[in-house]
Amino acid sequence: MTVLARFVKATEIDVRLLGMVGALLLIWIAFHVLSGGLFLTPRNLWNLSVQSSSVAIMATGMVLVIVTRNIDLSIGSMLGFLGMVMGVIQTDLIPKFLGFEHPATWILTLAAGLVLGVVLGAFQGFVIAYLGIPAFIVTLGGLLVWRGAAWWVTSGQTVAPLDDTFKLMGGGPEGAIGAAWSWVAGVTACLAIVLLLAHRRSRRKAVRFPLRPMAAEVFLGGIACASILGAVEITNAYPWPIGAVRRYAEAHHVTLPDGGLFIAHGIAIPVLIAIGVGVAMTFLSTRTRFGRYVYAIGGNPEAAELAGVNTRWVIMKIFMLMGLLAAIAGAVSIARLDAATNSEGTLAELLVIAAAVIGGTSLSGGIGTVAGAMLGAVLMQSLQSGMVLLGVDTPLQSIVVGAVLVIAVGLDTVYRHKAQ
Amino acid sequence: MNAARPALVEMRDISVAFGGIHAVDRASIDLYDGEVMALVGHNGAGKSTLIKILSGALRRDSGTIAIRGADATIANPRDAKTYGIETIYQTLALADNVDAAANLFLGRELRTRWGTLDDIAMEAQARNVMGRLNPHFQRFKDPVRALSGGQRQSVAIARAILFDARILIMDEPTAALGPQETAQVGDLIRKLKSDGIGIFLISHDIHDVFDLADRICVMKNGRVVGTARVGDVTKDDVLGMIILGACPPAAIPGPGAT
Repeated sequence: MTVLARFVKATEIDVRLLGMVGALLLIWIAFHVLSGGLFLTPRNLWNLSVQSSSVAIMATGMVLVIVTRNIDLSIGSMLGFLGMVMGVIQTDLIPKFLGFEHPATWILTLAAGLVLGVVLGAFQGFVIAYLGIPAFIVTLGGLLVWRGAAWWVTSGQTVAPLDDTFKLMGGGPEGAIGAAWSWVAGVTACLAIVLLLAHRRSRRKAVRFPLRPMAAEVFLGGIACASILGAVEITNAYPWPIGAVRRYAEAHHVTLPDGGLFIAHGIAIPVLIAIGVGVAMTFLSTRTRFGRYVYAIGGNPEAAELAGVNTRWVIMKIFMLMGLLAAIAGAVSIARLDAATNSEGTLAELLVIAAAVIGGTSLSGGIGTVAGAMLGAVLMQSLQSGMVLLGVDTPLQSIVVGAVLVIAVGLDTVYRHKAQ
Repeated sequence: MNAARPALVEMRDISVAFGGIHAVDRASIDLYDGEVMALVGHNGAGKSTLIKILSGALRRDSGTIAIRGADATIANPRDAKTYGIETIYQTLALADNVDAAANLFLGRELRTRWGTLDDIAMEAQARNVMGRLNPHFQRFKDPVRALSGGQRQSVAIARAILFDARILIMDEPTAALGPQETAQVGDLIRKLKSDGIGIFLISHDIHDVFDLADRICVMKNGRVVGTARVGDVTKDDVLGMIILGACPPAAIPGPGAT
């Protein structure tokens, strides 16, 4: 083994994940060069992060669905339906009782959307787990049913504009937390990582398990913290557009200086939501019984059942979770658009499945990580935005994305075959 | 066997049919503390099916199960485990994609006081029990898929004995093992027996059976041919029961005897 290979092994990093990060960087650099320096700018990266959020949020749940050898084709339509319902609740239902722009509107709307998402997911999950109808069929039905239902909510009319507070979930200059809070979030995340590494090390030491070399720990923590702080720096380097600055200046009675006013975006709220979801789902899938059962069912459903795992209930819970995530993604999507339309989320299910699969989730079950799926979502979005920047025609974009999906999974299959 | 004490397990007139085929037909079998009861017969004789009813993997059509004389309700594997029934399946029933500790504790995970998985405690106990069964075993980080047949077998056995089983079902426990590992399993069975655990041993190997078992129950075409104490019958008698369904005088005949 070379020194490098030994070091990588000592850090216990997933080599596949490392390969994905490498592929992502390569794509970024290629687009940057081809577009004449337009891709790796704070503005483009910030937009990329916002655009990836909705797919990334749902991809975290799709991992668990696919790990248990199921599929969910309905989430795009479910997102559309839940988005329409949340649109109507905040523009039509709540104003009747509380008036427009009530401070509680956004939370009531979101809560209703989340509950409805869980209910729809539970319904599909029940049919799949307890009635034994294949997930492919049930969710294919769901794809049609929820899309039709989305139209039905307003007979096809678009709902707009939305509540101002609710809109913050979609990003934009106001929908970002600004420079100071972004630093607070970044530093907190760094501290959390250092504490986590230290805690893990001390627990392993207490029971005399083999430890990672100190150099590897420092290296891992250092890379993680540097990436986080670097990302914060980039979001803070993207200033508000002049129109937003002018409105802000008028609202706060500030006279604009000659050179304009530099107001940093900071981390976008939808990105924070996606990261929060990612952390929560990683915790759920690796640190809880539920997550352990999900992987065990994926590895050998019969063995899980014989070991006393209530496999049906676990499957049903996964689909409930998927409904919840579709509601969160729906809120982010309509907030970003400042409108709920009945076509919102069309084909999203395919992007989400592609993100999970590119992120290393095996369709034969048992294998997949939340972090990988989120990276997959960013990778898919990078391809799309990059091609838009280059002015590639829409039909060609689809062809490229389709080809990349097949090639990525092909390479992964070859890699796994060799690894065994 | 203590006649005053009720049998540890008593299965009476168990029947299961798949489609029109009687996989198990009015089979009765019992087991006492510290006893090894061997269950032998050809492939498809109904041994595994009968035992899967006890372990909760299959539902019976009719018949009763009593544990220590009291009627037992066993509808699924979780129920069986609450009666202290642990099973080592012929297929091992391991989740290949997770590591040894995760398999050992599957369905009974240890948790920290915050309700999260206590992987370190589970790995520590796994190292402990695996150290007794298979001192050379070191691959605690690898998914079970990467282990050898013998190592996988040790994981399956360790899982069964980790939780204070009272009744142990071993379905072909030595099928995947070399001679040395087979001997280890033999030693383990004798040790568990001396701890008072009742063991159902399903095996093809008539030598193993005579070596380890106290009693033998032979099945043929889903029916019990007969049950005998090992000392009362010869290997030829048992082969005759397996092949012809002929019950020797020293055995108690069942519904399958010709």
